[in-house]
Amino acid sequence: MAQVKGKKAGFGAVLWDYLTTVDHKKIAIIYLVAGGFFFALGGIEAMLIRAQLAVPNNDFLSAGLFNEVITMHGTTMIFLAAMPLLFAFMNAVVPLQIGARDVAFPFLNSLGVWLFVFGGIFLNLSWFLGGAPDAGWTSYASLSIASPGHGIDFYAVGLQIAGAGTLISGINFVTTIITMRAPGMTYMRMPLFTWTTLVAAILIVFAFPPLTIGVFLLMFDRMFGSNFFIVEAGGNTIIWEHLFWIFGHPEVYVLILPAFGIFSEIFSTFSRKRLFGYSAMVFATVLIGFFGFMVWAHHMFTVGLGPTANAIFALATMAIAVPTGIKIFNWIATIWGGSIEFTTPMLYALAFIPSFVMGGVTGIMQAAAPADYQYHDSYFIVAHFHYVIVGGVVFALLAGLHFYWPIITGTMLSEKLGKIEMVIFFIGFHCTFLIQHWLGLWGMPRRVFTYLDGQGYNTANMISSIGAALMAIAVIILLINIIKTLVKNEKVGTDPWGDGRTLEWSLPIPTPYYNFANTPLIRGIDALALEKEEGDGTIPAAGPVEAIHMPNNSFIPFMISFGLFVAGFGALYFASGKPWAIDAVANLPEKPWALYVLIAGLAITFISMGVRSWKDDLGYYIPKEELEADLRELEARERGAK
Amino acid sequence: MAEIRYDVPNEQWPVHPEKATLEGRNKFVGFWTFLAGETVLFASLFATYLALKDQVPSQEHLVAADLYHLELAFVMTMFLLTSSLTSVFAVYHMRNNNFGKMQLWLGITVLLGAGFLALEIYEFVEYVKLGHTFRSSAFGSAFYFLIGTHGFHVIVGLIWITLLIIRNANRGLSVYTAAKVNTASLYWHFIDVVWVFIFTIVYLLGVL
Repeated sequence: MAQVKGKKAGFGAVLWDYLTTVDHKKIAIIYLVAGGFFFALGGIEAMLIRAQLAVPNNDFLSAGLFNEVITMHGTTMIFLAAMPLLFAFMNAVVPLQIGARDVAFPFLNSLGVWLFVFGGIFLNLSWFLGGAPDAGWTSYASLSIASPGHGIDFYAVGLQIAGAGTLISGINFVTTIITMRAPGMTYMRMPLFTWTTLVAAILIVFAFPPLTIGVFLLMFDRMFGSNFFIVEAGGNTIIWEHLFWIFGHPEVYVLILPAFGIFSEIFSTFSRKRLFGYSAMVFATVLIGFFGFMVWAHHMFTVGLGPTANAIFALATMAIAVPTGIKIFNWIATIWGGSIEFTTPMLYALAFIPSFVMGGVTGIMQAAAPADYQYHDSYFIVAHFHYVIVGGVVFALLAGLHFYWPIITGTMLSEKLGKIEMVIFFIGFHCTFLIQHWLGLWGMPRRVFTYLDGQGYNTANMISSIGAALMAIAVIILLINIIKTLVKNEKVGTDPWGDGRTLEWSLPIPTPYYNFANTPLIRGIDALALEKEEGDGTIPAAGPVEAIHMPNNSFIPFMISFGLFVAGFGALYFASGKPWAIDAVANLPEKPWALYVLIAGLAITFISMGVRSWKDDLGYYIPKEELEADLRELEARERGAK
Repeated sequence: MAEIRYDVPNEQWPVHPEKATLEGRNKFVGFWTFLAGETVLFASLFATYLALKDQVPSQEHLVAADLYHLELAFVMTMFLLTSSLTSVFAVYHMRNNNFGKMQLWLGITVLLGAGFLALEIYEFVEYVKLGHTFRSSAFGSAFYFLIGTHGFHVIVGLIWITLLIIRNANRGLSVYTAAKVNTASLYWHFIDVVWVFIFTIVYLLGVL
């Protein structure tokens, strides 16, 4: 095994490196760790929900606390777990897949991750500072306007900070994929994960601003005395529902499209075949992204928009099944006749197809507006969206974690533990959510903290709770697997799965900080597989080795985000006890220090931004000699391995 | 990043200096993407405004037709549209490697923008005197949030361009500074386009 260059750095140096890094590979690790932490939090909240609902008339959680727990479960899982974990894979893989040295805006990449981290912490601090938000993750204005205390304000400010980070990352990935592709990497040669990342990033750019505006309206109404949702003053709470779902529906495609991308890579790799119907897959991805913006009102069928609006949105919703169906058939055709290898990622991918199709079918059922009046606000809905989000997105996250683990850490997770984890998670998932379809049809409403004995809900709820416990066990096995692997620290070499097809698997592991010593030349789809079949298995270089320009590390993104975090507290407590604020906030004791905190926080942010714009940061060059020395060493290492 | 050189002779000055480097191209694509997001941001604001237009708690509150004066809105529009034209002149001189004239036209752009802003503040003060405030009605909230967000963008643009003028005063033009000027100018055009919609949807439809 090769010696790792350099001395082992102290903890402080490593920490400082991560706080200031602009390297997409390290930012991926920050996303992974922070997203994993919030995933655990959201998971604990899920366990609390299922523990409360396991038996009738339970008083494990009080009604108010239950509302806080379901709100934070949804908000945490969507904004702070699923999306950041997907960003972790995008950061770790996409620049390598397109042959780039880094993303287009490394500084903004760092800013995006720290805004997300601070926004997430801000949101979760609500637990310790007077109560979490309790109006559901959708936070409908009619509920959230009346919610006492600062819970909803934590939701609003926290999402505003984290959302800004997401928008920045979205812009970054759109630009990266448009401008940073290596020579020969045409759009129609891009791996599917890159394609789905591009479409998801475009969706982020278009979907997050409506949320920003919606949350601003909520903040202004609660904290600054405006009247957007105050019906007595002419306000209208339906505006929130529209703005939220114009964001919220594309948001679920932001989650599922990269998941589709991860699965496409896995199917093709472990079937040892080209992806079937590549161009149809690309077309379907774009079409889903397009339709994603035309269906938001299917969340609002029962609001009373009228039969015409409902019919249009019902049809548009059903139309989405077409491109999604194209994808499902193409995945099946990819496996068909392939030389299949049942690795952990592949098992997840195979389990994903039937699980996700079930979620899709119930989606079509709800798209029929008249029928939706029956399903609305029942456990049927809960079952549906967990089938698509867990059966689609979470399966993809777990599959992607196993699949891309070597690229991220240079080691390989245990396949044995991985398969045990997969089987338990799969059983637990269906055990939890399948029965909830019936619970919903039997009439159990969602968002209730308990139910009476003798209504026929007992057994089904118990089964559901047992399933949830199984999923928790599977996640604990995954954690054990991760710890064991990291402790063992057995490094793997290039292309650890042996069947890598795309550019990221052609790189040495650990990947050099500049990624590609030589700019690669791409000759076709599945660049590495092509070279394995037709060439010598190495990617040709687009030109001679040349000095590489690199960006400098910077602490400024951390400070900008920290400033907003501080300012968030100022803005939030500034409203306490003010006569113009909503009753729920105006009743709180006044906080005279809040204004100074607000000013201090904004000062930190703006001074940091000022330093950034006043001091030119031109980066540095890696000299040609260093690159050539690295290449020689790599060659020697590979000869030694053979 | 290509080597940054100031005082480049005209024959070596690229046709599109703002896109001559990879960083410049990234900035160009990235900023257009940002503007796409901003478009949706303003679309959401317009939708909110249209939904809440003239929604007031009681008869005593003034509504759009009572408040708006097309004369003022017209003068404001002229200020902003002209400032967009002058920023085009600035970019034209940037592409021709004429640093002095670029700075001059940027300065004129800032002055026109400041004039627009002054008129907007005057308008707001007059409305507040008439009892039309952010807190008086849903209509008021929506009006001030839409126009105020645009006004905030104008302030950001003014500060941005002013800082660029000061920051670049000593170092002149290079492919590095050209990209910065071009981005600020894109932003300024965007603010202008949004105002065209505000003039039509808010003021023109408001008095009809």
